[in-house]
Amino acid sequence: MKTGLMLTATAIAAFLAAGPAAAAGKLNIFNWGNYTSPELIEKFSKTYDVEVTVTDYDSNATALAKVKAGGHGFDIVVPSHSYIPIFVAEGLLMESRPDQMENFKHMDPQWVDVDWDPGRHYSVPWQWGSTGVAVNREDYKGDINTSKIFLDPPEELVGKVNVVPEMADVMALALMYVGGESCSTDKDKLKAARDALMAAKPKWLSMDYGTTDKLGSGEWRASVNWNGSTFRARLANPNVEYGYPQEGFPLWMDSAAILKDAVNVENAKLFLNFIMDPENAAMISAFARYANGIKGSEAFMPDDMKTAPEINMPAELAGAGKFNKTCSKEAQDYYTAIWTELTK
Amino acid sequence: MQGQGDSAAAPARAITAREGKGALVSAARRREVRVSWLLSAPALLVLLCAASGPLLIVLVYSFLTAGDYGGIVWSFSGEGWFKVFLARDIFDDTVSIADAHLTIFWRSVRLSLLTTLICIALGFPTAWFIATRSRESRNIWLFLITIPFWTNLLIRTFAIMEVIRSEGIVNSVLLAAGVIRQPIQIMYTDFAILLGMAYVYLPLMVLPLYAAMERLDFRLIEAAYDLYASRRRVLRRIVVPLVRPGLIAGSILVFIPSLGAYVTPRVLGGGKNMMLGNLIELQFGQGRNWPLGAALSLTLLLIVMVALIFYVRIVQKEAASRE
Repeated sequence: MKTGLMLTATAIAAFLAAGPAAAAGKLNIFNWGNYTSPELIEKFSKTYDVEVTVTDYDSNATALAKVKAGGHGFDIVVPSHSYIPIFVAEGLLMESRPDQMENFKHMDPQWVDVDWDPGRHYSVPWQWGSTGVAVNREDYKGDINTSKIFLDPPEELVGKVNVVPEMADVMALALMYVGGESCSTDKDKLKAARDALMAAKPKWLSMDYGTTDKLGSGEWRASVNWNGSTFRARLANPNVEYGYPQEGFPLWMDSAAILKDAVNVENAKLFLNFIMDPENAAMISAFARYANGIKGSEAFMPDDMKTAPEINMPAELAGAGKFNKTCSKEAQDYYTAIWTELTK
Repeated sequence: MQGQGDSAAAPARAITAREGKGALVSAARRREVRVSWLLSAPALLVLLCAASGPLLIVLVYSFLTAGDYGGIVWSFSGEGWFKVFLARDIFDDTVSIADAHLTIFWRSVRLSLLTTLICIALGFPTAWFIATRSRESRNIWLFLITIPFWTNLLIRTFAIMEVIRSEGIVNSVLLAAGVIRQPIQIMYTDFAILLGMAYVYLPLMVLPLYAAMERLDFRLIEAAYDLYASRRRVLRRIVVPLVRPGLIAGSILVFIPSLGAYVTPRVLGGGKNMMLGNLIELQFGQGRNWPLGAALSLTLLLIVMVALIFYVRIVQKEAASRE
């Protein structure tokens, strides 16, 4: 009994002694995998004495489903623009008013009054980019600024193309390829898009994520891919090149926002303000290789990003980039039906 | 019989009974039954809450309306179940059998059956080999069989990927040896899925087979040889009938998890062709149709139940024929 008491007392004393040495607070970030700069997290931890935990997800849908289920313990989530209105409509985000934060002045004005979060009451830009095609130039030397790369692959790429299983992006690419737009409910366009996908599928190798590594290693010779991922693949393998489909390609922006049931609200607000600082925003981009939405961050970016063709959209193709809309239930059901048929 | 009778009426009958000793025994047995129920109550409660509870939620969800952005709306709808088996053509509204779902069901069943056959083909000789070793070395062999269980399924699957990918071990060795000029495409094929599942579930076949073979009376085999049975005949008429329970148990243990496999088809199959597990995931994730996902999950459960009933009936028939 006595030893037991002594042990308890020692444990309490040890706990008290350890107290001040441990971080003053915590912050739990729920973000896309392979997307959060470790240097950024380290700097934030040191500056504010906060213990940060980062948990990964692989799609917006996963993030939404987990957050919706509750009991997740996350403070910050980084959904794509088309999912921000869903998170807001479902009452999952806190109106944390980033527009009233100190570093808001650094945000590029073109990203302030956006459709998905007018005036930026909920979210702060994390990174933005496009979904296009990546091709290994050793195999194919023709024009790659087209969705034909995966929807009507040239001879050299037949049986070698990967398509990321990102339904929203692939469907948007296919719909734009046949002259429609994302989240369309126009049956003629949907049918044309389905037919194009179904006809192309036998010429694909796989439908998988992990594009950065496999394009970089040369295992995949072409893939539907995101621009920053292609950039990273090119650094590993100079033959990889990014194409902006002229028929139309989706643009997206992921934005960091605080969850309504966040526990560490103050630290989360500190973090949103922190990533609007140009120097810190540059760290995000330097890691995942996408553009951010903060003015003046270019000055802090690595030199290879300033001229990268994956980051600097060619002017003549920029017009083809369109932000994916938030699909209605009806459009979503069309998407799923076509997708199931495609992968049956 | 009397002791298990109606509990309210039983005491009265017990007192008027001529044989007092019998009443005492039955009372003691009744108490024993009550105590054993009480003792197992916590386990039963956990089982009820942890197994039936979630299933009940799945059942209820499968009859609700899908929310606009995932989740459910609390109003009855048969749409989820309707979509499992039937499809309304999105372009001309005609209703037909859900061809895409049936294709996926069939692929799952086909690949699971093939996996089971591969596991039998590899597991039978393996179990035989172990069962015929000396008593001490058997334990070492069994121990070796269980080693893969120490590692997480996902890691084992990625390890297989490293072996069979275009720049993996198999292709590098074959290329270096000059056997092939171009890497063989093994990844992203049904073969890769079968290989992965057979590897992962093989121990589940070997262990029950071994248990059956260990109890095998080898004198019977000797007797068969003495009566001039050929090797094949010994296998067919003596060994297989005797290890049948193990064979069936192993097949069930391999077939059921194969049917619901998710990681293996996703990683090794390259996601081009779904299996049931992947189809269910699509509904809860990108498809945002939880009721359909719930209905599909229950359909999978039904297929498993049919397989189990099949198993139970075979075992019962076997037991009956033995008596």
